Amino acid sequence: MHALHQVVHAFFNPHSFTLAIPDVWAGFQVNLKMMVIAEALVLVFALGIAIVRGLPGRGAKPFRVLAIAYTDFFRGTPIIIVAFFVGFGIPGLQLGYISSRSPVTYGVITLTLVYTAYVTEVYRAGIESVHASQRAAARSLGLSYWQSMRYVIIPQAVRRVIPPLLNDFVGLQKDTAIVYVIGVAEAASLAQQFSTTNGDFASYLVAAVFFILITIPLARFTDYLVAQREHLERAQAF
Amino acid sequence: MNADGNGAAPFVDVRGVSKWFGDLQVLNEVSLDVREHHVVCLIGASGSGKSTLLRCLNLLERVEEGEIRIDGQRITHEKVDVNALRRKIGIVFQAYNLFPHMTVLQNVMLAPRKARRLSREDAEQRAYQLLRRIGLEAKAEEYPDRLSGGQQQRVAIVRALAMEPKLMLLDEITSALDPQLVSDVLDLVRELAESGMTMILATHEMSFAREVADKVCFLDGGRILEEGDPAQIFTEPREQRTREFLSRVLAGGRMQ
Repeated sequence: MHALHQVVHAFFNPHSFTLAIPDVWAGFQVNLKMMVIAEALVLVFALGIAIVRGLPGRGAKPFRVLAIAYTDFFRGTPIIIVAFFVGFGIPGLQLGYISSRSPVTYGVITLTLVYTAYVTEVYRAGIESVHASQRAAARSLGLSYWQSMRYVIIPQAVRRVIPPLLNDFVGLQKDTAIVYVIGVAEAASLAQQFSTTNGDFASYLVAAVFFILITIPLARFTDYLVAQREHLERAQAF
Repeated sequence: MNADGNGAAPFVDVRGVSKWFGDLQVLNEVSLDVREHHVVCLIGASGSGKSTLLRCLNLLERVEEGEIRIDGQRITHEKVDVNALRRKIGIVFQAYNLFPHMTVLQNVMLAPRKARRLSREDAEQRAYQLLRRIGLEAKAEEYPDRLSGGQQQRVAIVRALAMEPKLMLLDEITSALDPQLVSDVLDLVRELAESGMTMILATHEMSFAREVADKVCFLDGGRILEEGDPAQIFTEPREQRTREFLSRVLAGGRMQ
């Protein structure tokens, strides 16, 4: 009974919990900001790289190879290593403007680099899932390669990949906590500071609750979209 | 017989075209000419090369040997402007291939707007005109999956017509349809033939081919084994293989 009491006291002390909320909330606002900016950038860059990866013809091969190298590198490297590269490496280069950004900016860059690689693969799967006959129909109407992509292939691809894409965004949202290692004053780091001064761990629970409050609705929304798509596909089978 | 009266060069001129998929030869020295305002039907078993031949004519498939001219222009060389060529040639597929994320109206308007650079008003007016012609004006704002197969195929035909093509290629356009939906689609094709559209059809509808075609070609193993006017092909085919094919099709009840 003593051990249980200790656990409750260390993690679930209601007084500490309440006390930690303002501090951790201040940090979590930084997480929210990084999420939104990184997600917007990822949506755009990943689509661009996915399109480059699918470019036809021999002339485009160097670009395809670059796109593949990019996704391989950033999917294969732990995000914490990328964070060190960006957050310590870029300032260390002493390149003036780009070496004197805030840790939050480097955090956003890290998240964008890594998640662009994941989401590129998601988009690519989506583009490849659009049946070749759709491309043939578009091209046979006299639409150019780019017009076919823009009006026929990509709109269908994007609709299909929204659920897996949101899934990756759940990961991105959680990983905003990792960039605390390069000195971003976000929820996890402020929770840690609070814990050190206050002598218990309730502040971590506060941080966890904040993350859960935004990732769970997103996960449920993703499930809803998947279910809706299945429903539609069943309806189309008739 | 040429409606132009000049009787000179055929509108479509295919000379010695061969094509392979890997080791498999799918077209073998195919030669074919189609005069303007004529309807040519390609018949033959599945895999005989009908679809591939049609897809070669608008360069959806690359021709490896031989030459194709359309409207006097040689299309089988490197520098041909494929987009410009395809704007003159409409193709309709067995599986309709409507764009599922666009309404019927948007399907019909897309290529005129983007490839012919028509204004929205002009493209929309023309699209409504075409949809009225096939009696589907009321479905303009629906998505394709709300339409029957026959309705979808008719939309696919007018989508191609919206580009005002000089040649229509129809690739087994009734093969995926329920029998009771076939006649609406064939009525539209008949109407096109009567309006003087130059058309090449790959088809299994033998009685329809006999009715609308100026010429029927029987393909077998990637070659045109026999060609002639429909009466001759259907009543006194010269080749043994043609006779066999037709008797199999007749036994299948595809021709009354």
